[in-house]
Amino acid sequence: MQFNFNSTEPIYLQVADQIEEAIFTQTFAEGEQIPSTTEISKEFHINPATVLKGMNILVDANLIEKRRGVGMFVIAGAQARIVEKRRDQFYNDYVKKLVTEAQKLHITQKELSELIERGFSAS
Amino acid sequence: MSIEIKGVHQAFHGKVVLDNLNLTIEPNKIYGLLGRNGAGKSTLLNIISDRVPARSGAVTMDGQSVHENNAALGNLYLMSEVNLYPPRNKVDQLFKKTANFYGGFDTAYAHRLAGEFGLDLNARFGKLSTGYRSIFKLIIALCVPVDYVFLDEPVLGLDANHRDLFYQELLSAYGERPRTFVISTHLIEEVANLIEHVFVLDDHRIIINGDVSDVLAKAYAISGPQADVDRYTAGLNIIGADHLAGIAVTYVYGTLDNSRPIPDTVQVANQDLQKLFINLTNTTKEVSTNVN
Repeated sequence: MQFNFNSTEPIYLQVADQIEEAIFTQTFAEGEQIPSTTEISKEFHINPATVLKGMNILVDANLIEKRRGVGMFVIAGAQARIVEKRRDQFYNDYVKKLVTEAQKLHITQKELSELIERGFSAS
Repeated sequence: MSIEIKGVHQAFHGKVVLDNLNLTIEPNKIYGLLGRNGAGKSTLLNIISDRVPARSGAVTMDGQSVHENNAALGNLYLMSEVNLYPPRNKVDQLFKKTANFYGGFDTAYAHRLAGEFGLDLNARFGKLSTGYRSIFKLIIALCVPVDYVFLDEPVLGLDANHRDLFYQELLSAYGERPRTFVISTHLIEEVANLIEHVFVLDDHRIIINGDVSDVLAKAYAISGPQADVDRYTAGLNIIGADHLAGIAVTYVYGTLDNSRPIPDTVQVANQDLQKLFINLTNTTKEVSTNVN
């Protein structure tokens, strides 16, 4: 697990994002237990209440579940749900910004399409 | 179940040190008490733990005054810069004395922590370096069986490795047995994520009292070309500014004006706790009355 905290976004959101990312990349596989609130709290010097607030976002999003007396586990189908959510956000998170930046640089729509095609052929 | 500080006022030689303070310290929370040198942090902690009497006002635990109240005072511990220990005593003797005073002192844990920090149990207290005196007192603070622990400059003289270890042990102890910690420190960045609630004491008054995430959600850094930033931030609660050539950063504490469109050239980000603290407590500021 790789946490990379910056100082300007609320920490509980960063905790949620980082765990979500780990589920997305299958660092935390479905059905597996994720580190406990205390473990994350100790390792990254974050208040346990903050860690819990972040985890609760993922519980509400149906990505992890609490098993009483054991800990938090990744729910089956969590990765697919994250993919679906990120596809929904793709336009706002990436496409809009891409177009805005292209316009600032006076890149035409045609040139941008060509660049996207180039990106595809390069990967 | 909490500690209430009501109308606490303190003055020495006609100078106000604490100006009519009201605070609640709840069970099982980790607090940060921030303030510049001379703001009154240590005085406040000394009054809460009944080491010095307040000129007026009251401190209660669960509704009972803490003044000369052994039950209440036995349920709190203040670790401070003052060295109250006999210098000729050995570390382990002092652990035993503490255990006699506080039944339920976790001696096994104290020995384990001494091992982790490399504190020699046979060293005499008076021979310890500043850092190891802090470590010795921190170990006691983590091992006493109380519900309220006050730490005044807990990491004084500790190197980076020992500070890291301390924060880890603090959260570990908290995870095992939740209790209240109030940490007074100048190393704001190091505790910013560790604390749940923050008190900022400035000019002898509490100017911030809130959940850290709520406080930071209202702390903005707005940057861009000077004229655009000025136009966007006009009339907002501006607490500071930085300039670099034509680029300006204006710091705002409070709500933004949502009816104003954010110009393309302007970026809105958040301040971190240290930056907010510096902006709010700078003596050169002219807007201290705007703090809410």
